[in-house]
Amino acid sequence: MSLSIKDVEDLAELAKLELSNEEKESLLADMESILGYVKQIEEVEVGEVRSNDTVYNVWREDVLAPREFSRELIVKQFPDSQDGFLKVKKIL
Amino acid sequence: MIDLENLTIEKARKFLDAKEFSAVDLANAYLAEIEKKNKELNAYLEVFDDVLDQARVADEIIAKGESYPLLGIPLAIKDNILIKGQIASSASKMLENYVASYDATVITKLKKQGAVFLGRTNMDDSAMGGSTENSAFGVTKNPHDLSRVAGGSSGGSVATVIANLALGALGSDTGGSVREPAAFCGIVGMKPTYGRVSRYGLIAMGSSLDCIGPIAKNVEDAQIIYEAILGSDVFDSTTITDTTYKKLSFKKELTLGVPWDLVNGEGINEEVKENFKQSIDKLEKFGFKIKDISIKNIDMALAVYYIIMPAEASTNLSRFDGMRYGFHKGGKNLLEDYKQARGFGFGQEVRRRILLGTYVLSAGYYDAYYGKAQMIRNMLKKEFSKAFENVDLIATPTAPFIAWKIGAKSNPLSMYLADIFTITANIIGVPAMSIPSGFSEIENKKLPLGIQFMAPHGREDLLFEVGKQFETLKKE
Repeated sequence: MSLSIKDVEDLAELAKLELSNEEKESLLADMESILGYVKQIEEVEVGEVRSNDTVYNVWREDVLAPREFSRELIVKQFPDSQDGFLKVKKIL
Repeated sequence: MIDLENLTIEKARKFLDAKEFSAVDLANAYLAEIEKKNKELNAYLEVFDDVLDQARVADEIIAKGESYPLLGIPLAIKDNILIKGQIASSASKMLENYVASYDATVITKLKKQGAVFLGRTNMDDSAMGGSTENSAFGVTKNPHDLSRVAGGSSGGSVATVIANLALGALGSDTGGSVREPAAFCGIVGMKPTYGRVSRYGLIAMGSSLDCIGPIAKNVEDAQIIYEAILGSDVFDSTTITDTTYKKLSFKKELTLGVPWDLVNGEGINEEVKENFKQSIDKLEKFGFKIKDISIKNIDMALAVYYIIMPAEASTNLSRFDGMRYGFHKGGKNLLEDYKQARGFGFGQEVRRRILLGTYVLSAGYYDAYYGKAQMIRNMLKKEFSKAFENVDLIATPTAPFIAWKIGAKSNPLSMYLADIFTITANIIGVPAMSIPSGFSEIENKKLPLGIQFMAPHGREDLLFEVGKQFETLKKE
């Protein structure tokens, strides 16, 4: 198992996490130790394993039913809003 | 004065119905204790300002002659379960100011019974940890020894019940987060069968593992809370019904399986082993048949868990982007907004698990980690089904060691090992319960230990039965 700082940076980019340089170092050490531990599953021979679980339909019928949500509470938590709409930065 | 120390939900029900004290009296008694002790323990993150109003409503219902098991009973709720109009922060800076816009199903059910919610309790940030040391708002101290952790992630909920700051509590259990703190603090904590209790309104961590569970002073009380919150729910398609699992019939004489090779394995504290052996001896003398069982690959469960859980958590936590609610720190553009909110809003352990989850799910490693872990998970399920053909219940210690000193475990992996006995129940989805099994004396302090029982899918009734029997044995 060998990870590099570059790997940590790539993962952080994928996960949209801002990390300090110091934290990248400590995360690298932690990840190597944790991945070193979980890697022991490599030794397990699995062969043909199939799940015994039965799969069945749990979807409900598509019928209208009132749901109790507080619109006011939702809008109040927007970091920025205008006329009851969520306001975000320009993306184009 | 109400004797809170010896009060149980069952007793309080009788007193309330007989009008020996009112729900307002009871709530006031708890509020007074909270006022005295919470600052030191840091068990509650917030005590609600409408506690007495809730109690008054309960008293009105009692006055009408109605009665429900939890009517007027003061409960503490873990900070990751939504109560409409109240903050639910998951003890994270990310959700520090997040106000829930709806009730979790468990809350709706408790409200229907007229339960009184005292406040929201401390936990590890986003339920990730085994000690509440990862909380963004400080650690919860163990009421038995303030220099030690209360366990986690439901440490606050557990501490409120043992310190008489609530009569019962709700926690959540993804890998042992109800049972491990219950063992560390000496009370009863239970994880139901996966899907038995709705997860709607529980802030998600590992969706195939998460369960809401009761925390109480004794098995009877845990059962009362459990029966109040269970049931299938259209808002959670993973909930089960009474007929989901076939009920096998059992003989009068119950057989307990003990995986001795795991219990006697490396890294298990000697006092924990000794205490567990004594408990098993007592159960055997009482009439339980004890059977040594060996479960293939059970020693892989922890590794499997620390692949599946971060994978699911990294997926679930991708919803927190600081856009619609939660921590927001404006950057130069939208991408920077995301990265800053997530980089600064999540605690260190959460960032660690998000990265781990992203790694094990990434294209080049998916098969070797996540795919393989899922296959071993299926193997473990089969192995346990086989084991349950020969035994009714499986017993282990709840945790491999006693509550540690605050700050003593700085390496994340050493903390993860605390889950060695509890995670299996989450991986295979069976119900499990931790029950106090005695004390260990360290530095003149009596520190609790716990025994864990696991039952087949859908057989919570067996846990309650063996639990109640074990409680009477302990008194002898």
